[in-house]
Amino acid sequence: MTVTESSNNDNNMEKKMQTTTPSSLASVAGNREQRVPGTNLLGTGLETRGVHAWFGTKHVLSDVSLDFAAGTVTALIGPSGCGKSTYLRTLNRMHEFIPTAALAGEVLLDGQDIYAPGTDVTKIRLRVGMVFQKPNPFPSMTIGENVLSGLKLAQIKKSNTDELLESCLQRAGLWNEVKDRLGEHGGALSGGQQQRLCIARALAVEPQVLLMDEPCSALDPGSTFRIEQTISELAKSMTIVIVTHNMQQAARVADYTAFFLSDGGPGVMVETAPTSKIFSNPSDKRTEDYVTGRFG
Amino acid sequence: MTQSTIPKPQMPWGTSKAQRMATASLLVLAGLLAGAAIELTGLSGKLGFAAAYFFFASLVIFAQQLQLRDLAAAKDSLLSSFALLAMTITLIPIVSIVSTVVLKGYKGIHFGMFTNDMTQASVNDPVQAGGLLHALVGTIIMVGGALIVSFPIGLLTALYLTEIRGSLARPIKFLVQAMSGVPSIVAGLFILSILVIPVTQELNGLMGSLALSILMIPTIARTAEEMLLLIPNELREAGVALGATQWRTVSGVVVPAAKSGLVTAVILGIARIIGETAPILLVSGGADALNFNPMSGPMGSLPFYIWKAFLTGGTEEAYARAWGGMLILLILIMVLFGLARYLSGRRAV
Amino acid sequence: MTLLENRSAEIPAPREITTKPRRSDQIFRAVVTIGGMTSLVILGLIALFLSLKGISVLRVEKFTFITESKWEVLQDAEGKVAESTFGLGAMLIGTFLSAFIAVIVGVPIAVLSALYLTFYARGPVKKLLISLIDLMAAFPSLLFGFWGFIVLMGSAEYWAKLLNKYLGFIPIFDVPAPIFERSPFIAGLVLAIMIIPIVTAISREIFDQTPLDRVQAAYALGASKLAMIRAVVIPYGRGGVVGGAMLGLGRAMGETVAVYTVLNVVYQVNWQVLFGAGGNVASLILLKFGEAGPEEVNALMAAGLVLFLLTLTVNAISDVLINKFGKKGR
Repeated sequence: MTVTESSNNDNNMEKKMQTTTPSSLASVAGNREQRVPGTNLLGTGLETRGVHAWFGTKHVLSDVSLDFAAGTVTALIGPSGCGKSTYLRTLNRMHEFIPTAALAGEVLLDGQDIYAPGTDVTKIRLRVGMVFQKPNPFPSMTIGENVLSGLKLAQIKKSNTDELLESCLQRAGLWNEVKDRLGEHGGALSGGQQQRLCIARALAVEPQVLLMDEPCSALDPGSTFRIEQTISELAKSMTIVIVTHNMQQAARVADYTAFFLSDGGPGVMVETAPTSKIFSNPSDKRTEDYVTGRFG
Repeated sequence: MTQSTIPKPQMPWGTSKAQRMATASLLVLAGLLAGAAIELTGLSGKLGFAAAYFFFASLVIFAQQLQLRDLAAAKDSLLSSFALLAMTITLIPIVSIVSTVVLKGYKGIHFGMFTNDMTQASVNDPVQAGGLLHALVGTIIMVGGALIVSFPIGLLTALYLTEIRGSLARPIKFLVQAMSGVPSIVAGLFILSILVIPVTQELNGLMGSLALSILMIPTIARTAEEMLLLIPNELREAGVALGATQWRTVSGVVVPAAKSGLVTAVILGIARIIGETAPILLVSGGADALNFNPMSGPMGSLPFYIWKAFLTGGTEEAYARAWGGMLILLILIMVLFGLARYLSGRRAV
Repeated sequence: MTLLENRSAEIPAPREITTKPRRSDQIFRAVVTIGGMTSLVILGLIALFLSLKGISVLRVEKFTFITESKWEVLQDAEGKVAESTFGLGAMLIGTFLSAFIAVIVGVPIAVLSALYLTFYARGPVKKLLISLIDLMAAFPSLLFGFWGFIVLMGSAEYWAKLLNKYLGFIPIFDVPAPIFERSPFIAGLVLAIMIIPIVTAISREIFDQTPLDRVQAAYALGASKLAMIRAVVIPYGRGGVVGGAMLGLGRAMGETVAVYTVLNVVYQVNWQVLFGAGGNVASLILLKFGEAGPEEVNALMAAGLVLFLLTLTVNAISDVLINKFGKKGR
């Protein structure tokens, strides 16, 4: 089974998921060149220490410590409601967007706590970009304006924006499709193209880290494949954390995988390891049950 | 994964004590600067101080943000300053209106006002003389009459929009909206032209009711529509699936389920028209004597009582009388409004 | 190919599903439909009857009823009407003038208040503020008028004098005589205060509907609140807010009692907003109605018709804008 095939038959994914053995997923993961933390010169990456999260009085995430080395792709997997999206949103302070949200623990970016008093949250979000589940280009802006909107929003002055525009769209794998229609509105694109536009938009402010919250769950298999290619390309120059429900996807794109689970209480991070290990030889029984499709 | 002790939830993004202290000291600084401005420049008075204070407060906060963060943050702080200022300006009239009415009105309140009319007293007499019984009775009769006309029409319009949903639903929605914008004086002129001049040739309470109902129908129709839309469709389908006719379903299931919503619609309709003055002046005349018959002769009303005391008087007593009437009117509106809030709040639970 | 053709031939036309409603439902639907038509009937009757009454005057005055600024009834020695001229010009100018002042002053305050309520206020404070503003929208115009006359007049006069002192070189802020009380400016301020709650409520509802994913996208790109509002909320809500402002304009143009109480209603063209004289169509009707003879009543009916059509147009435009942009957005 090759990568391309599996992504083109996404409709059968559910069925396949039941039958895939951990070893076959591991072989997919093995296809990727393994990256080791700390070998890239991209800064020291992102690290969390003992992160807890609450909504009101409800404790939704308990004691998550993870290290995202610079230049790696980490997948967060787990069943719905296990707190993985909440965890992702604590990494660029989008968590506090919800009025009753609360938090404990530390999130370190290049060794500095992004929740430290006096930190400018807008600067954090410039360094830690985010791509959402549903493509959300700004409908009032053209394709070109959308890509550069981050500069305008954060009031960053750039001289050669044309070059930046092209390079962002190139990296997002969208340039060839839109280079002649940069003046059209973003809503004119297909769903997959819109999502790549959103990735290009996130890239324009040159973040160190890119967070992706189920970026392909609203897309068809072809678009999913293109986005995964883009992720692999981007991983050469930045740290990527991706939440996904699709274990095949985790196996295809991630260097590391972290498994989250909630037993009705707050979500916990059960296990983290190189992706091939998670899918071939997980150390926790619950991880094994999940990746073999016994539940979830 | 050992369950260690759970730390306390924190909101590190909230304003810290140090930040609050900094903001507070900046606001004090702005106060001092504004005081200096009053002393040294041509500005004067409370309004002058308020304007100067706002100017300096937004300026020092702007400077602080510029120094601590950047221009974008500083501009952002300006928006919050202006939004807060606008909210304050919006609130000043409402606070001022309510306090004025209460402070000026309580002098005009006395127990006898609920048992007397103005036949034996002129507006310039001491406040203790006369009363507004006739006005209260007139208002109740006219509003009641308007309600009898408006409620069925408003409800039927709402039912057409939510239950029949015919091809005319959109234009009718549009017309109801347009009707709510009809100036109240035009409603009065209309009743004058269609009924008073050609038919009755007499100003009376019924004419007042009819003019008011033109203003009341759109309020009732729109609120009732909103309330009926809140009734889940399953309820309608359940009724029809049991083999009930649409008539049975609507009358037996939908309308009873929306009962408190419809009461809210009625209350808001009453609140909308209870203080209407212009049409009343045109078509129901105004009377100083108690009149229980809406079909004959001019009828007093609360707005007319206030209007007359205010415009024809000129003495302290007349003003006190007018503000007293206004206080009664304001209390009525507030009670109605609170009742509507209570009912719609209870329904939401 | 042949297979396809055969297939398409086999596809049956959809059956028409019909049902014979029971008698009770027929009656029910008929009654409700008739009830639903009432608003159409009433609006039609208003236009018809005001026209019927006003036609005699409109026939004489023709277009000058709108353009001419003269409203005179000359009586002969026996008190009979000898000559009459009816032209609404001055009052139409007054109507637009005071309503525009209201919109210019009120709408920015209302929109900023709505932004405050949507993006700054939280929890119980937000609920309380929303209730207060809704309550204020329910206050009768009589109350606004008297409050404006008794309370606002003093400070409004102060501001009017300041404006005149520093901006008096602009013609509209000039005054022929130092009479600052009861001016169109002050009437405009009272109208502004009256429309603020309405425009605030509509704008707030529209801002509330701003799609959350766009708001989040902007914040995730490092936007401040101001940048987010400019990039997301304003493009989304612009049309609806303009519609809300138009609704406020319509209300302000049709207002009678508040203008009558605050403004010194005199029939004259007055462009100088700070000078204490002027009026609007609605207040003219109230002013002249008391002692009007039959012919003048007809002229007032015609004036009512003009006012009705004017507010109807403004309301129609506002309704289209609010529905187009408010509900669906872009």
